Amino acid sequence: MQVVGDGLVQARGLRKRFGAFEAVRGIDVDVARGEVFGFLGPNGAGKSSTMRMIACVSPRSGGELQVLGMDPATDGPRIRARIGVVPQLDNLDQELTVRQNLEVYGRYFGLSRAHVRAKATELLEFVQLADRADDEVEPLSGGMKRRLTIARALVNDPELLLLDEPTTGLDPQARHLLWERLYRLKREGVTQIITTHYMDEAEQLCDRLVVMDGGLIVAEGSPAELIERYSTREVLELRFPTGAAPPAEALAPHADRVEALPDRLLLYTADGEHAQAAVASAGHRPLSALVRRSTLEDVFLRLTGRSLVE
Amino acid sequence: MTATEVRARSTGRDPGPVRGVLLVVEHAWVWYRRNWRATAVSSILQPLLFLLAFGVGFGSLVEGGEGVAAATGGPSYLVWLAPALLAVSAAQTGVFESTYPVLSGFKWQRHYHGMTAGPVSPAQVALGHLAWVALKIAGCGAVYVGVIAVFGGVASAGIVVSLAAAVLTGVAVAAPVTAYSATLESEGAAFSVLFRFVVIPMTLFSGTFFPIDRLPGWVQPLAWVSPLWHGTEIARAAALDRWQPWAALGHAAYLLALLVLGAVLAARLYTRRLQP
Repeated sequence: MQVVGDGLVQARGLRKRFGAFEAVRGIDVDVARGEVFGFLGPNGAGKSSTMRMIACVSPRSGGELQVLGMDPATDGPRIRARIGVVPQLDNLDQELTVRQNLEVYGRYFGLSRAHVRAKATELLEFVQLADRADDEVEPLSGGMKRRLTIARALVNDPELLLLDEPTTGLDPQARHLLWERLYRLKREGVTQIITTHYMDEAEQLCDRLVVMDGGLIVAEGSPAELIERYSTREVLELRFPTGAAPPAEALAPHADRVEALPDRLLLYTADGEHAQAAVASAGHRPLSALVRRSTLEDVFLRLTGRSLVE
Repeated sequence: MTATEVRARSTGRDPGPVRGVLLVVEHAWVWYRRNWRATAVSSILQPLLFLLAFGVGFGSLVEGGEGVAAATGGPSYLVWLAPALLAVSAAQTGVFESTYPVLSGFKWQRHYHGMTAGPVSPAQVALGHLAWVALKIAGCGAVYVGVIAVFGGVASAGIVVSLAAAVLTGVAVAAPVTAYSATLESEGAAFSVLFRFVVIPMTLFSGTFFPIDRLPGWVQPLAWVSPLWHGTEIARAAALDRWQPWAALGHAAYLLALLVLGAVLAARLYTRRLQP
């Protein structure tokens, strides 16, 4: 395959099969240097399988793949030496100290003891764990372990950072702290690939993203582009008493598109206030009505007919 | 879309085939320096109890009997037993270190997944694990030799060769056990079955406490397949200076074959599990 441009990751027709099950069914991906790229999709969409192929810990079943201009099938160790990985499940060494986790791990990248010692000090400052440096990992909170995992992934000054569901299971405060650190890394020029099933995370962090569903890419663009292309500017959310919701068709004249969810109706329209007034004058009496901006959640619903977080 | 600055080349590089394995050993050493107390019971105290119970206690009971002299071929029971105890302790450490710690690397702490996210390969992790087990057996064995000497169980400098034979025995047992542990999804009864139906019979019927020719003829083939019997034969020949070169070569070849087979299998199974 030809190396085109400055792409850190290039995939063409990439596939991954596990026995009879095909987790990734032929996708094209291009990630440019310096950008933050996202894979958005529900569990089982093929995001993690794709990430593992890019991380060179899962051989591809078909198609082409280049990472840092090299082929994972033949240059796995050389590629892995230059990337950082934040896995979905923490895999820290629980019986070592916070600092030892960074130093021991850094040594695997061919770095000298003096180098990893200095690097560990720097990274512990960066993830705000300097005061826990000599504590064992096991009793740390989930957010702290996650930050340590990120620090560990940075020990080799990676050109590409892969984050698989980085904030799943964290409380809002821990998430925001983590996002802020990732944003700082972006400003430092670290290319990042993030998988998430949180649309707010994708909107916060990603320059560009692809929506995956059933092992395929169903849409691609910046968060704003995707919203513009696949949704309306505003959404009117209506809740009705149980069993008293009018059929979607009855509300169709008041919006570009109507989605019926188990607990509410979504009316897609450029002007939510206007639609709300129209619904009221047509005699509908919802329990509550909320006008909001479209999000990637709406994009996903439009593209797949399903919600992201079930 | 692109950031203002673009990060320079990463500082990381592939440490290479040998150094990668040594770094796995270094990792284990950092862990051991911090957590050695956790395994001190199995690696130091248990061998000491074996020495006291069988070498000193049981030994004093049988010492002086004609049967004992006939079985040992001259030296005291303790001197005859000492090199075999080294081998037993090595085999037990080899098995233990390759059960729970290996499954933990895959499943509980999952640190194997972290290690192989970098340039080091699953095969290097497997070989590094075996190298560490060998080092640990050598270290604990050296301490054990010192303790045995205090009790008067060391008759010659040949015990150093016995220790080497014990290390070979331990790592030869560890290799297939490591491979086996790499196939387990959960602990279940697997390890207790291994300890009860493999380790304990092996400990009892490998010529450690009595020569295997004292067993009924139909039991003796059990000893011949036992790596511990082969290791014990070398260790004892070295300590008592009763070399039979061809026999010793045969025993060593058996252990080496088991080690190579187990190591190749472990490397493959680590790869299959960590890079599916």
